[in-house]
Amino acid sequence: MAMIEIQSLNLSFGLDGSRVQVLKDVNFQVREGESFGLVGESGSGKTTVLRCLAGQYSHWEGELRINGERLGRTLDRDRCRRVQMVFQDPYGSLHPRHTVETALGEPLHIHGIGQHRERIGAILSKVGLNDSFRYRYPHQLSGGQRQRVAIARALILEPRILLLDEPTSALDVSVQAEILNLLADLRQREGLTYLMVTHDLGVVAHLCSRVAVMQHGKVLETLDTNDLVRGEASDPYTRMLISCSQHKSRDRDCA
Amino acid sequence: MTTQISMAARTSSEPHTRYQALWLSLGTGARRLLHNPLTGAGLLVVLLLLLVALFAPWLATHDPLAQDLNRSLHAPNADNWFGTDEFGRDIFSRLVYGSRITLYIIALVTVIVGPIGLAVGTISGYFGGVVDMLFMRITDIFISFPSLVLALAFVAALGPGLEHAVIAIALTTWPPIARLARAETLQLRNADFIVAVQLQGASSARVILRHIVPMCLSSVIVRLTMNMAGIILTAAGLGFLGLGAQPPLPEWGAMISTGRSYMMECWWLVAAPGLAIMLVSLAFNLLGDGLRDLLDPRSE
Repeated sequence: MAMIEIQSLNLSFGLDGSRVQVLKDVNFQVREGESFGLVGESGSGKTTVLRCLAGQYSHWEGELRINGERLGRTLDRDRCRRVQMVFQDPYGSLHPRHTVETALGEPLHIHGIGQHRERIGAILSKVGLNDSFRYRYPHQLSGGQRQRVAIARALILEPRILLLDEPTSALDVSVQAEILNLLADLRQREGLTYLMVTHDLGVVAHLCSRVAVMQHGKVLETLDTNDLVRGEASDPYTRMLISCSQHKSRDRDCA
Repeated sequence: MTTQISMAARTSSEPHTRYQALWLSLGTGARRLLHNPLTGAGLLVVLLLLLVALFAPWLATHDPLAQDLNRSLHAPNADNWFGTDEFGRDIFSRLVYGSRITLYIIALVTVIVGPIGLAVGTISGYFGGVVDMLFMRITDIFISFPSLVLALAFVAALGPGLEHAVIAIALTTWPPIARLARAETLQLRNADFIVAVQLQGASSARVILRHIVPMCLSSVIVRLTMNMAGIILTAAGLGFLGLGAQPPLPEWGAMISTGRSYMMECWWLVAAPGLAIMLVSLAFNLLGDGLRDLLDPRSE
């Protein structure tokens, strides 16, 4: 059964004269418990798809369904408890003047959930942090620890779906692996569905079972990760993306 | 997710409560604040002003309102440390009691202006669009008058008096605070940590009060501290023009105003309150500078 269904999603910014269409007829489905990747170059609209699903943008057109239910334009509490997002930059996604406890307690306050102390302790141990982090401020944490707190904050409302916006690209390589393993563990233990944006095909191969390739706001193709790794992509752009990522200095070659 | 509750170890060397965490960060802040000797001096003078105002009845050597025409216009001497004025009142005692009036004005204006400026600024910055338009045009109207002139107009309309002076000063000092808060809010509005809490279902009021206001607070406090010097000067100016505190209240500006007629022969009539005004406004400026160094996130 499809957990996330996106049908002919369109989004544009700006007024009539200088209107820019960011998403053009995006379609794909994510099955329950699946980890689905969205890849493509910068500016191809990957993150925008996530932000539509999370509820940050409300002026999209088309149809979004979660667990078969059609999503409205406005963000309601119920939706917040089903879909949560982890941001790209852990340095920007935590409030600099809130301690870890305040940051994790905030969603509980909003949704009127009790037992803060116990729930926060439980979620911290789930993401591999201990109780000593409770009263620290973000500037007293490393990048990897911050991203763990950000993941804990997304999970504390017990959502079924986690939207991951390049969760490791702002971290250094040794920490990237830790966070990816944590995400893989969490998905298995909690039975979460992931929709993950990245431009790193290595991350996709590690974590995702299926991938959609995006360019200029369109989905070019959706394929199995195994096919992607074997180089059985049909679209020429996907082939280019793969060959680029196989070079050591892919950033320079792709530029 | 399971609802299994883990009672993780609570024994560690880290802060155990949120108050402890707050206390630790306040401690490092205070140390950094006193690191600069000028800020320390400013803080010292402000603290001294507070103490003088608090213990005025014990510090004053004479009754500030008692007239003794036999002793009028005496130069500073052992009994009257800063001399006496034209009615024979002790200037030192009047200065001591005047500190209460100065502090009263500063405190009242700050308490009125801070919340109003913050509310207008954050609301217009957060919602944008029509709300922003409306609030900012109102702010523009207030900001386009020179502050002393606007204060004069209000006092003229309401009648002279200390409370009216406070209202007049408050009306002219909130717009810069609102602008500042709006600018900060515009920067924050699209920050990831604000979007994150929006996506958790927080109401606009909650986002503004718990997430945006704390971020604006530091620069607003700095601005308010700097403003205090200006408030003192405007209050003294209004007093000097006879529109603020009314005689026989020992307001510093009013003291200069009445002393002006005897200034050539009796310099102490003007010099003593003038120096007090200068010292206190300088102290607030230095303190504001120090606070800016401390609280400005860009300097960290």
